[in-house]
Amino acid sequence: MPKRLLGLLLVLPALAVIAFLFILPLIMSAVGAFQVEGAFGWGNFTKTFDLYTKDIIFTVVIVSLSTVLIGIASIAIGGYLTLGEHPVAVAILRWLYRWPMFIPFIVVGQILRTFLSKNGMMNNTFINLGLLSPLDAVSFLDWRGIVIAFVWKQTPFVALLVAGAMASINRDTIEAARNLGASRLRLLLEIVVPQVAMTLTVGLILSFVTMMSVLSVPLMINAQSPTMLTADIAFRVNSYGDYGVANALGLISLVLAASVAWIYLRASLKERA
Amino acid sequence: MTAAHIPAARNPLAALWWVPRGIIFGLMAFFIFGPLFNLLLWTVAEKWYFPHSLPLEYGFSSWAKVFAPRGGAMESLTNSLIVALLTVVVSLLLAIPAGYALARLKLPFRGVILLAFLIPQAFPNLTVYVNVARIFYEIRLNGTIPGVVLVHVSHGLVYAVWIATAAFSAIDAELEQAARNIGAGAFRAFLDVTLPLAAPGLMASAIFVFLESLDEFTGSYFVGAPDVNMLPLLLYTTAAGGNYQIASITALLLLVPSLVFMLIVERFLKADVLSRVGH
Repeated sequence: MPKRLLGLLLVLPALAVIAFLFILPLIMSAVGAFQVEGAFGWGNFTKTFDLYTKDIIFTVVIVSLSTVLIGIASIAIGGYLTLGEHPVAVAILRWLYRWPMFIPFIVVGQILRTFLSKNGMMNNTFINLGLLSPLDAVSFLDWRGIVIAFVWKQTPFVALLVAGAMASINRDTIEAARNLGASRLRLLLEIVVPQVAMTLTVGLILSFVTMMSVLSVPLMINAQSPTMLTADIAFRVNSYGDYGVANALGLISLVLAASVAWIYLRASLKERA
Repeated sequence: MTAAHIPAARNPLAALWWVPRGIIFGLMAFFIFGPLFNLLLWTVAEKWYFPHSLPLEYGFSSWAKVFAPRGGAMESLTNSLIVALLTVVVSLLLAIPAGYALARLKLPFRGVILLAFLIPQAFPNLTVYVNVARIFYEIRLNGTIPGVVLVHVSHGLVYAVWIATAAFSAIDAELEQAARNIGAGAFRAFLDVTLPLAAPGLMASAIFVFLESLDEFTGSYFVGAPDVNMLPLLLYTTAAGGNYQIASITALLLLVPSLVFMLIVERFLKADVLSRVGH
Protein backbone atom coordinates (compact mmCIF):
# COMPACT_ATOMS: atom_id res chain seq x y z
CA MET A 1 0.00 0.00 0.00
CA PRO A 2 2.65 2.63 0.88
CA LYS A 3 4.28 1.91 -2.48
CA ARG A 4 1.05 2.92 -4.21
CA LEU A 5 0.89 6.05 -2.10
CA LEU A 6 4.50 6.91 -2.96
CA GLY A 7 3.69 6.42 -6.64
CA LEU A 8 0.74 8.76 -6.46
CA LEU A 9 2.82 11.35 -4.60
CA LEU A 10 5.45 11.22 -7.34
CA VAL A 11 2.86 11.72 -10.09
CA LEU A 12 0.83 14.33 -8.26
CA PRO A 13 2.90 17.48 -8.99
CA ALA A 14 2.85 16.81 -12.73
CA LEU A 15 -0.88 16.09 -12.65
CA ALA A 16 -1.49 19.27 -10.67
CA VAL A 17 0.10 21.32 -13.46
CA ILE A 18 -2.31 19.80 -15.99
CA ALA A 19 -5.27 20.29 -13.63
CA PHE A 20 -4.59 23.95 -12.83
CA LEU A 21 -3.15 25.11 -16.13
CA PHE A 22 -5.34 23.19 -18.52
CA ILE A 23 -8.43 21.57 -17.06
CA LEU A 24 -9.40 24.49 -14.83
CA PRO A 25 -9.12 27.07 -17.66
CA LEU A 26 -10.96 24.65 -19.94
CA ILE A 27 -13.86 24.53 -17.48
CA MET A 28 -13.69 28.32 -17.09
CA SER A 29 -14.01 28.69 -20.84
CA ALA A 30 -17.00 26.32 -20.98
CA VAL A 31 -18.72 28.18 -18.15
CA GLY A 32 -17.73 31.57 -19.52
CA ALA A 33 -19.36 30.77 -22.83
CA PHE A 34 -22.76 30.84 -21.11
CA GLN A 35 -22.13 33.97 -19.04
CA VAL A 36 -23.49 37.28 -20.25
CA GLU A 37 -22.68 40.15 -17.90
CA GLY A 38 -22.71 37.94 -14.84
CA ALA A 39 -25.93 36.05 -15.62
CA PHE A 40 -26.27 32.76 -17.44
CA GLY A 41 -27.78 32.78 -20.89
CA TRP A 42 -27.42 32.00 -24.56
CA GLY A 43 -26.48 35.57 -25.51
CA ASN A 44 -22.90 34.74 -26.51
CA PHE A 45 -24.04 31.99 -28.81
CA THR A 46 -26.68 34.08 -30.62
CA LYS A 47 -24.04 36.75 -31.15
CA THR A 48 -21.51 34.14 -32.27
CA PHE A 49 -23.84 32.59 -34.82
CA ASP A 50 -24.89 36.04 -36.08
CA LEU A 51 -21.30 37.10 -36.65
CA TYR A 52 -19.36 33.95 -37.30
CA THR A 53 -21.56 31.26 -38.92
CA LYS A 54 -19.61 31.73 -42.13
CA ASP A 55 -16.30 31.31 -40.33
CA ILE A 56 -17.52 28.17 -38.54
CA ILE A 57 -18.40 26.58 -41.89
CA PHE A 58 -15.15 27.88 -43.40
CA THR A 59 -13.15 26.28 -40.55
CA VAL A 60 -14.93 22.94 -40.81
CA VAL A 61 -14.51 22.81 -44.60
CA ILE A 62 -10.82 23.80 -44.51
CA VAL A 63 -9.86 21.44 -41.71
CA SER A 64 -11.88 18.54 -43.18
CA LEU A 65 -10.43 19.07 -46.65
CA SER A 66 -6.91 19.25 -45.22
CA THR A 67 -7.51 16.07 -43.21
CA VAL A 68 -8.66 14.19 -46.32
CA LEU A 69 -5.66 15.42 -48.34
CA ILE A 70 -3.25 14.54 -45.52
CA GLY A 71 -4.82 11.06 -45.36
CA ILE A 72 -4.43 10.47 -49.10
CA ALA A 73 -0.86 11.80 -49.17
CA SER A 74 0.25 9.75 -46.18
CA ILE A 75 -1.28 6.55 -47.56
CA ALA A 76 0.55 7.22 -50.83
CA ILE A 77 3.87 7.88 -49.08
CA GLY A 78 3.53 5.01 -46.59
CA GLY A 79 2.36 2.70 -49.36
CA TYR A 80 5.30 3.48 -51.59
CA LEU A 81 7.74 3.04 -48.71
CA THR A 82 6.20 -0.37 -47.98
CA LEU A 83 5.46 -1.71 -51.46
CA GLY A 84 7.94 0.21 -53.62
CA GLU A 85 10.20 -2.20 -55.45
CA HIS A 86 13.12 0.02 -56.31
CA PRO A 87 15.33 0.47 -53.23
CA VAL A 88 16.87 3.73 -54.48
CA ALA A 89 13.47 5.30 -55.12
CA VAL A 90 12.25 4.19 -51.68
CA ALA A 91 15.38 5.65 -50.07
CA ILE A 92 14.90 8.98 -51.87
CA LEU A 93 11.28 9.22 -50.73
CA ARG A 94 12.19 8.26 -47.14
CA TRP A 95 14.78 11.02 -47.08
CA LEU A 96 12.50 13.56 -48.77
CA TYR A 97 9.13 13.40 -47.07
CA ARG A 98 10.12 14.08 -43.46
CA TRP A 99 11.60 17.57 -43.75
CA PRO A 100 8.57 19.70 -42.79
CA MET A 101 7.70 17.62 -39.72
CA PHE A 102 9.47 19.60 -37.00
CA ILE A 103 9.18 23.00 -38.64
CA PRO A 104 7.07 25.22 -36.35
CA PHE A 105 3.69 26.35 -37.63
CA ILE A 106 4.64 30.02 -37.40
CA VAL A 107 7.66 29.39 -39.64
CA VAL A 108 5.48 27.40 -42.03
CA GLY A 109 3.15 30.41 -42.17
CA GLN A 110 6.01 32.78 -42.94
CA ILE A 111 7.73 30.71 -45.62
CA LEU A 112 4.52 29.77 -47.43
CA ARG A 113 3.37 33.36 -47.30
CA THR A 114 6.34 34.42 -49.39
CA PHE A 115 6.28 31.26 -51.52
CA LEU A 116 2.58 31.31 -52.48
CA SER A 117 1.98 35.03 -52.95
CA LYS A 118 1.12 36.49 -56.35
CA ASN A 119 4.76 37.37 -57.03
CA GLY A 120 6.10 34.55 -54.92
CA MET A 121 8.58 31.91 -55.88
CA MET A 122 5.98 29.33 -56.95
CA ASN A 123 4.35 31.56 -59.55
CA ASN A 124 7.74 32.93 -60.63
CA THR A 125 9.11 29.46 -61.24
CA PHE A 126 6.06 28.44 -63.27
CA ILE A 127 6.26 31.65 -65.30
CA ASN A 128 9.97 31.16 -65.99
CA LEU A 129 9.33 27.59 -67.07
CA GLY A 130 6.66 28.85 -69.44
CA LEU A 131 3.91 26.93 -67.66
CA LEU A 132 2.02 30.05 -66.62
CA SER A 133 1.53 33.46 -68.16
CA PRO A 134 2.26 36.42 -65.84
CA LEU A 135 -1.29 37.67 -66.28
CA ASP A 136 -2.78 34.42 -64.99
CA ALA A 137 -0.69 34.39 -61.82
CA VAL A 138 -2.90 34.55 -58.74
CA SER A 139 -2.12 34.71 -55.06
CA PHE A 140 -2.81 31.53 -53.13
CA LEU A 141 -2.98 33.39 -49.83
CA ASP A 142 -6.61 32.59 -49.08
CA TRP A 143 -8.29 29.33 -48.03
CA ARG A 144 -6.01 27.46 -50.43
CA GLY A 145 -2.93 28.80 -48.70
CA ILE A 146 -4.22 27.59 -45.32
CA VAL A 147 -4.98 24.14 -46.73
CA ILE A 148 -1.54 23.97 -48.38
CA ALA A 149 0.15 25.01 -45.13
CA PHE A 150 -1.72 22.37 -43.10
CA VAL A 151 -1.05 19.59 -45.61
CA TRP A 152 2.59 20.67 -45.95
CA LYS A 153 3.22 20.56 -42.22
CA GLN A 154 1.02 17.64 -41.06
CA THR A 155 1.51 15.04 -43.81
CA PRO A 156 5.00 13.93 -42.67
CA PHE A 157 3.72 13.31 -39.15
CA VAL A 158 0.80 11.13 -40.27
CA ALA A 159 2.91 9.47 -42.97
CA LEU A 160 5.54 8.59 -40.36
CA LEU A 161 2.91 6.92 -38.15
CA VAL A 162 1.28 5.16 -41.11
CA ALA A 163 4.59 3.99 -42.61
CA GLY A 164 5.61 2.63 -39.21
CA ALA A 165 2.37 0.69 -38.90
CA MET A 166 2.65 -0.58 -42.48
CA ALA A 167 6.19 -1.79 -41.86
CA SER A 168 5.03 -3.92 -38.95
CA ILE A 169 2.17 -5.75 -40.68
CA ASN A 170 2.62 -9.35 -41.67
CA ARG A 171 4.25 -9.48 -45.11
CA ASP A 172 2.94 -12.96 -45.89
CA THR A 173 -0.51 -11.73 -46.88
CA ILE A 174 1.07 -9.08 -49.12
CA GLU A 175 3.34 -11.62 -50.79
CA ALA A 176 0.46 -14.07 -51.21
CA ALA A 177 -1.71 -11.47 -52.93
CA ARG A 178 1.24 -10.33 -55.03
CA ASN A 179 1.86 -13.89 -56.19
CA LEU A 180 -1.81 -14.16 -57.17
CA GLY A 181 -1.22 -11.22 -59.48
CA ALA A 182 -2.78 -8.35 -57.55
CA SER A 183 -1.63 -4.92 -58.75
CA ARG A 184 0.24 -2.74 -56.29
CA LEU A 185 -2.66 -0.31 -56.04
CA ARG A 186 -5.03 -3.11 -55.13
CA LEU A 187 -2.51 -4.49 -52.64
CA LEU A 188 -2.31 -1.08 -51.02
CA LEU A 189 -6.03 -0.34 -50.87
CA GLU A 190 -7.38 -3.80 -50.10
CA ILE A 191 -4.70 -5.38 -47.96
CA VAL A 192 -2.36 -2.78 -46.48
CA VAL A 193 -4.65 0.18 -45.71
CA PRO A 194 -7.34 -1.84 -43.85
CA GLN A 195 -4.65 -3.19 -41.53
CA VAL A 196 -3.34 0.27 -40.62
CA ALA A 197 -6.77 1.95 -40.51
CA MET A 198 -6.58 2.49 -36.74
CA THR A 199 -3.16 4.17 -36.83
CA LEU A 200 -4.24 6.30 -39.76
CA THR A 201 -7.38 7.41 -37.91
CA VAL A 202 -5.45 8.29 -34.75
CA GLY A 203 -2.94 10.31 -36.77
CA LEU A 204 -5.70 12.12 -38.66
CA ILE A 205 -7.66 12.93 -35.49
CA LEU A 206 -4.54 14.33 -33.81
CA SER A 207 -3.93 16.42 -36.94
CA PHE A 208 -7.55 17.57 -37.01
CA VAL A 209 -7.35 18.81 -33.41
CA THR A 210 -3.96 20.42 -34.04
CA MET A 211 -5.29 22.28 -37.07
CA MET A 212 -8.33 23.42 -35.09
CA SER A 213 -6.02 25.07 -32.54
CA VAL A 214 -3.39 26.65 -34.75
CA LEU A 215 -3.51 30.42 -34.59
CA SER A 216 -0.32 31.38 -36.39
CA VAL A 217 -1.13 29.92 -39.83
CA PRO A 218 -4.46 31.75 -40.34
CA LEU A 219 -2.91 34.93 -38.90
CA MET A 220 0.04 34.76 -41.26
CA ILE A 221 -1.70 33.53 -44.41
CA ASN A 222 -5.24 34.81 -44.40
CA ALA A 223 -6.59 36.94 -41.59
CA GLN A 224 -9.35 38.58 -43.64
CA SER A 225 -12.92 37.35 -43.51
CA PRO A 226 -13.79 34.56 -43.90
CA THR A 227 -11.08 33.16 -41.68
CA MET A 228 -10.62 30.43 -39.13
CA LEU A 229 -12.17 30.37 -35.66
CA THR A 230 -8.77 30.66 -33.99
CA ALA A 231 -8.16 34.03 -35.66
CA ASP A 232 -11.67 35.14 -34.63
CA ILE A 233 -11.06 34.19 -31.00
CA ALA A 234 -7.80 36.15 -30.93
CA PHE A 235 -9.57 39.11 -32.54
CA ARG A 236 -12.50 39.05 -30.06
CA VAL A 237 -10.12 39.05 -27.10
CA ASN A 238 -7.54 41.52 -28.35
CA SER A 239 -9.82 44.05 -30.00
CA TYR A 240 -12.95 43.94 -27.85
CA GLY A 241 -11.94 42.15 -24.65
CA ASP A 242 -15.06 40.11 -25.41
CA TYR A 243 -14.35 36.92 -23.49
CA GLY A 244 -17.96 35.69 -23.74
CA VAL A 245 -18.00 35.35 -27.52
CA ALA A 246 -14.38 34.12 -27.51
CA ASN A 247 -15.32 31.36 -25.07
CA ALA A 248 -18.40 30.49 -27.11
CA LEU A 249 -16.25 30.18 -30.24
CA GLY A 250 -13.80 28.07 -28.24
CA LEU A 251 -16.60 25.78 -27.08
CA ILE A 252 -17.80 25.39 -30.66
CA SER A 253 -14.34 24.32 -31.85
CA LEU A 254 -14.18 21.98 -28.86
CA VAL A 255 -17.48 20.38 -29.88
CA LEU A 256 -16.24 20.03 -33.46
CA ALA A 257 -13.05 18.32 -32.29
CA ALA A 258 -14.97 16.15 -29.83
CA SER A 259 -17.39 14.97 -32.52
CA VAL A 260 -14.46 13.76 -34.60
CA ALA A 261 -13.01 11.95 -31.59
CA TRP A 262 -16.46 10.42 -31.00
CA ILE A 263 -16.58 9.03 -34.52
CA TYR A 264 -13.22 7.43 -33.80
CA LEU A 265 -14.36 5.97 -30.48
CA ARG A 266 -17.48 4.51 -32.06
CA ALA A 267 -15.45 2.96 -34.86
CA SER A 268 -12.93 1.45 -32.45
CA LEU A 269 -15.71 0.02 -30.24
CA LYS A 270 -17.36 -1.53 -33.28
CA GLU A 271 -14.05 -3.06 -34.28
CA ARG A 272 -13.61 -4.68 -30.89
CA ALA A 273 -17.20 -5.94 -30.67
CA MET B 1 10.88 -10.11 -52.29
CA THR B 2 13.79 -11.10 -54.52
CA ALA B 3 11.49 -12.91 -56.92
CA ALA B 4 9.78 -9.62 -57.64
CA HIS B 5 13.09 -7.87 -58.36
CA ILE B 6 14.48 -10.21 -60.95
CA PRO B 7 12.02 -9.59 -63.80
CA ALA B 8 12.19 -5.84 -63.09
CA ALA B 9 15.98 -5.90 -63.35
CA ARG B 10 15.93 -7.82 -66.62
CA ASN B 11 13.34 -5.60 -68.21
CA PRO B 12 15.13 -2.83 -70.16
CA LEU B 13 12.00 -0.69 -69.91
CA ALA B 14 12.33 -0.62 -66.11
CA ALA B 15 14.56 2.44 -66.43
CA LEU B 16 11.58 4.29 -67.89
CA TRP B 17 9.96 4.14 -64.45
CA TRP B 18 12.40 6.89 -63.47
CA VAL B 19 10.42 9.34 -65.61
CA PRO B 20 7.23 9.34 -63.48
CA ARG B 21 9.34 8.89 -60.33
CA GLY B 22 11.53 11.81 -61.33
CA ILE B 23 8.52 14.04 -61.98
CA ILE B 24 6.81 13.17 -58.68
CA PHE B 25 9.98 13.39 -56.56
CA GLY B 26 10.92 16.60 -58.38
CA LEU B 27 7.55 18.16 -57.60
CA MET B 28 7.75 17.02 -53.99
CA ALA B 29 11.25 18.45 -53.67
CA PHE B 30 10.09 21.72 -55.22
CA PHE B 31 7.21 22.08 -52.78
CA ILE B 32 9.27 21.03 -49.75
CA PHE B 33 12.55 22.83 -50.45
CA GLY B 34 11.19 25.69 -52.58
CA PRO B 35 9.69 27.54 -49.60
CA LEU B 36 12.82 26.85 -47.52
CA PHE B 37 15.10 28.13 -50.28
CA ASN B 38 12.86 31.17 -50.65
CA LEU B 39 13.33 31.84 -46.92
CA LEU B 40 17.12 31.61 -47.27
CA LEU B 41 17.02 34.08 -50.17
CA TRP B 42 15.00 36.54 -48.10
CA THR B 43 17.54 36.43 -45.26
CA VAL B 44 20.27 37.76 -47.56
CA ALA B 45 18.16 39.92 -49.89
CA GLU B 46 19.07 43.59 -49.77
CA LYS B 47 16.74 44.60 -52.58
CA TRP B 48 13.98 42.41 -53.95
CA TYR B 49 10.81 43.65 -55.52
CA PHE B 50 8.26 42.85 -58.18
CA PRO B 51 8.63 41.67 -60.95
CA HIS B 52 12.10 40.22 -60.28
CA SER B 53 12.16 36.54 -59.48
CA LEU B 54 15.48 36.78 -57.65
CA PRO B 55 16.87 39.43 -55.30
CA LEU B 56 18.61 42.36 -57.02
CA GLU B 57 21.25 42.78 -54.32
CA TYR B 58 22.55 40.41 -51.71
CA GLY B 59 24.06 41.27 -48.35
CA PHE B 60 24.02 40.74 -44.64
CA SER B 61 22.77 44.13 -43.43
CA SER B 62 19.58 42.57 -42.01
CA TRP B 63 21.68 40.11 -40.04
CA ALA B 64 23.62 43.02 -38.60
CA LYS B 65 20.32 44.67 -37.66
CA VAL B 66 18.99 41.54 -35.98
CA PHE B 67 22.12 40.96 -33.92
CA ALA B 68 22.72 44.61 -33.10
CA PRO B 69 22.90 45.02 -29.31
CA ARG B 70 19.84 47.27 -29.26
CA GLY B 71 17.85 45.42 -31.91
CA GLY B 72 14.70 43.82 -30.53
CA ALA B 73 15.78 40.45 -31.82
CA MET B 74 18.47 39.85 -29.23
CA GLU B 75 15.98 40.43 -26.45
CA SER B 76 13.54 37.98 -28.06
CA LEU B 77 16.28 35.41 -28.61
CA THR B 78 17.44 35.65 -25.00
CA ASN B 79 13.87 35.45 -23.70
CA SER B 80 13.11 32.46 -25.90
CA LEU B 81 16.23 30.62 -24.75
CA ILE B 82 15.64 31.41 -21.05
CA VAL B 83 12.02 30.30 -21.27
CA ALA B 84 12.88 27.13 -23.19
CA LEU B 85 15.65 26.13 -20.76
CA LEU B 86 13.47 26.82 -17.71
CA THR B 87 10.64 24.87 -19.33
CA VAL B 88 12.97 21.90 -19.81
CA VAL B 89 14.17 22.06 -16.18
CA VAL B 90 10.67 22.34 -14.71
CA SER B 91 9.25 19.68 -17.04
CA LEU B 92 12.00 17.20 -16.21
CA LEU B 93 11.71 17.87 -12.46
CA LEU B 94 8.03 16.99 -12.78
CA ALA B 95 8.40 14.20 -15.33
CA ILE B 96 11.28 12.19 -13.82
CA PRO B 97 9.43 11.23 -10.62
CA ALA B 98 6.15 10.84 -12.51
CA GLY B 99 7.76 8.72 -15.25
CA TYR B 100 9.52 6.56 -12.69
CA ALA B 101 6.29 5.98 -10.77
CA LEU B 102 4.36 5.21 -13.97
CA ALA B 103 7.02 2.78 -15.16
CA ARG B 104 7.95 0.98 -11.95
CA LEU B 105 5.40 1.40 -9.17
CA LYS B 106 1.99 -0.19 -9.31
CA LEU B 107 -0.29 2.79 -9.74
CA PRO B 108 -4.06 2.75 -9.65
CA PHE B 109 -5.63 4.23 -12.84
CA ARG B 110 -2.25 4.17 -14.59
CA GLY B 111 -3.82 4.37 -18.05
CA VAL B 112 -6.02 7.30 -17.09
CA ILE B 113 -3.05 9.17 -15.60
CA LEU B 114 -1.01 8.67 -18.78
CA LEU B 115 -3.93 9.92 -20.86
CA ALA B 116 -4.36 12.97 -18.62
CA PHE B 117 -1.04 14.32 -19.87
CA LEU B 118 -2.30 14.06 -23.43
CA ILE B 119 -5.28 16.34 -22.70
CA PRO B 120 -3.44 19.62 -23.54
CA GLN B 121 -2.62 18.20 -26.99
CA ALA B 122 -6.03 16.64 -27.57
CA PHE B 123 -8.23 19.71 -27.14
CA PRO B 124 -8.21 22.88 -29.19
CA ASN B 125 -6.19 24.95 -26.76
CA LEU B 126 -6.71 28.52 -27.84
CA THR B 127 -9.52 29.37 -25.40
CA VAL B 128 -7.59 27.63 -22.67
CA TYR B 129 -4.71 30.06 -23.13
CA VAL B 130 -7.15 32.96 -23.19
CA ASN B 131 -8.45 31.87 -19.80
CA VAL B 132 -5.00 31.07 -18.43
CA ALA B 133 -4.11 34.65 -19.33
CA ARG B 134 -7.11 35.84 -17.27
CA ILE B 135 -6.08 33.73 -14.25
CA PHE B 136 -2.47 34.89 -14.56
CA TYR B 137 -3.63 38.47 -14.80
CA GLU B 138 -5.36 38.09 -11.41
CA ILE B 139 -2.27 36.59 -9.76
CA ARG B 140 0.12 38.93 -11.58
CA LEU B 141 1.83 36.22 -13.59
CA ASN B 142 0.68 37.63 -16.92
CA GLY B 143 3.48 39.14 -18.96
CA THR B 144 6.19 37.50 -16.83
CA ILE B 145 8.72 34.83 -17.75
CA PRO B 146 7.52 32.37 -15.04
CA GLY B 147 4.00 32.71 -16.45
CA VAL B 148 5.11 31.83 -19.96
CA VAL B 149 7.25 28.96 -18.62
CA LEU B 150 4.24 27.48 -16.79
CA VAL B 151 2.12 27.58 -19.94
CA HIS B 152 4.86 25.90 -21.96
CA VAL B 153 5.33 23.26 -19.25
CA SER B 154 1.66 22.30 -19.36
CA HIS B 155 1.93 21.86 -23.12
CA GLY B 156 5.27 20.03 -23.19
CA LEU B 157 4.59 17.73 -20.24
CA VAL B 158 3.06 15.02 -22.41
CA TYR B 159 6.39 14.51 -24.22
CA ALA B 160 8.37 14.70 -21.00
CA VAL B 161 6.19 12.25 -19.05
CA TRP B 162 5.51 9.78 -21.86
CA ILE B 163 9.12 9.55 -23.01
CA ALA B 164 10.44 9.43 -19.43
CA THR B 165 7.99 6.61 -18.63
CA ALA B 166 9.11 4.71 -21.73
CA ALA B 167 12.77 5.32 -20.89
CA PHE B 168 12.38 3.99 -17.34
CA SER B 169 10.38 0.94 -18.41
CA ALA B 170 13.01 0.04 -21.02
CA ILE B 171 15.56 -0.47 -18.19
CA ASP B 172 15.84 -3.83 -16.55
CA ALA B 173 14.34 -3.50 -13.04
CA GLU B 174 16.75 -6.16 -11.74
CA LEU B 175 19.71 -3.81 -12.09
CA GLU B 176 18.20 -1.50 -9.50
CA GLN B 177 17.27 -4.50 -7.36
CA ALA B 178 20.88 -5.67 -7.47
CA ALA B 179 22.05 -2.31 -6.19
CA ARG B 180 19.48 -2.49 -3.41
CA ASN B 181 20.67 -5.99 -2.50
CA ILE B 182 24.24 -4.84 -1.92
CA GLY B 183 22.98 -2.21 0.47
CA ALA B 184 22.14 0.92 -1.54
CA GLY B 185 19.12 2.89 -0.41
CA ALA B 186 16.17 3.32 -2.76
CA PHE B 187 17.14 6.88 -3.67
CA ARG B 188 20.84 6.02 -4.02
CA ALA B 189 20.01 3.10 -6.33
CA PHE B 190 17.82 5.35 -8.43
CA LEU B 191 20.47 8.10 -8.70
CA ASP B 192 23.44 5.80 -9.40
CA VAL B 193 21.87 3.05 -11.49
CA THR B 194 18.50 3.88 -13.03
CA LEU B 195 18.92 7.56 -13.80
CA PRO B 196 22.17 7.25 -15.80
CA LEU B 197 20.69 4.35 -17.79
CA ALA B 198 17.60 6.40 -18.60
CA ALA B 199 19.68 9.45 -19.57
CA PRO B 200 19.48 9.11 -23.40
CA GLY B 201 15.69 8.81 -23.28
CA LEU B 202 15.44 11.72 -20.86
CA MET B 203 17.72 13.73 -23.16
CA ALA B 204 15.31 13.04 -26.04
CA SER B 205 12.36 14.19 -23.96
CA ALA B 206 14.31 17.31 -22.95
CA ILE B 207 14.96 18.14 -26.62
CA PHE B 208 11.29 17.61 -27.48
CA VAL B 209 10.23 19.95 -24.67
CA PHE B 210 12.88 22.50 -25.63
CA LEU B 211 11.67 22.64 -29.25
CA GLU B 212 8.03 22.66 -28.23
CA SER B 213 8.74 25.68 -26.04
CA LEU B 214 10.93 27.44 -28.60
CA ASP B 215 8.25 27.13 -31.28
CA GLU B 216 5.19 27.78 -29.15
CA PHE B 217 3.20 30.75 -30.43
CA THR B 218 -0.35 30.80 -29.07
CA GLY B 219 0.45 30.61 -25.36
CA SER B 220 3.21 33.19 -25.64
CA TYR B 221 0.89 35.42 -27.65
CA PHE B 222 -1.78 35.54 -24.93
CA VAL B 223 0.29 35.19 -21.75
CA GLY B 224 3.62 36.76 -22.69
CA ALA B 225 2.92 39.59 -25.14
CA PRO B 226 3.59 42.46 -25.13
CA ASP B 227 5.82 42.39 -22.03
CA VAL B 228 7.78 39.21 -22.71
CA ASN B 229 8.95 39.21 -26.32
CA MET B 230 9.78 35.85 -27.79
CA LEU B 231 11.12 34.81 -31.21
CA PRO B 232 7.77 33.55 -32.60
CA LEU B 233 6.12 36.82 -31.55
CA LEU B 234 8.92 38.82 -33.17
CA LEU B 235 8.47 36.78 -36.33
CA TYR B 236 4.76 37.52 -36.32
CA THR B 237 5.08 41.26 -35.72
CA THR B 238 7.90 41.80 -38.22
CA ALA B 239 6.07 39.78 -40.88
CA ALA B 240 2.86 41.69 -40.21
CA GLY B 241 4.88 44.89 -40.58
CA GLY B 242 6.13 43.73 -43.99
CA ASN B 243 9.77 43.40 -42.95
CA TYR B 244 10.41 40.08 -44.68
CA GLN B 245 14.17 40.14 -44.14
CA ILE B 246 13.98 40.29 -40.34
CA ALA B 247 11.01 37.89 -40.32
CA SER B 248 12.95 35.39 -42.44
CA ILE B 249 16.05 35.58 -40.25
CA THR B 250 13.88 35.01 -37.18
CA ALA B 251 12.20 32.09 -38.94
CA LEU B 252 15.61 30.66 -39.76
CA LEU B 253 16.67 30.92 -36.10
CA LEU B 254 13.56 28.90 -35.18
CA LEU B 255 14.03 26.46 -38.05
CA VAL B 256 17.61 25.35 -37.58
CA PRO B 257 17.19 23.68 -34.15
CA SER B 258 14.12 21.82 -35.45
CA LEU B 259 15.93 20.47 -38.51
CA VAL B 260 19.03 19.52 -36.54
CA PHE B 261 16.84 17.64 -34.11
CA MET B 262 15.06 15.79 -36.91
CA LEU B 263 18.42 14.53 -38.10
CA ILE B 264 19.69 13.39 -34.68
CA VAL B 265 16.50 12.25 -32.95
CA GLU B 266 17.14 8.60 -33.74
CA ARG B 267 20.42 8.73 -31.85
CA PHE B 268 18.66 9.54 -28.57
CA LEU B 269 15.34 7.81 -29.12
CA LYS B 270 16.31 4.17 -29.52
CA ALA B 271 13.77 1.66 -30.78
CA ASP B 272 13.44 -0.03 -27.37
CA VAL B 273 12.30 3.26 -25.81
CA LEU B 274 10.26 4.35 -28.83
CA SER B 275 8.23 1.15 -28.90
CA ARG B 276 7.19 1.73 -25.27
CA VAL B 277 5.95 5.32 -25.69
CA GLY B 278 2.31 5.55 -24.64
CA HIS B 279 2.22 2.06 -23.08
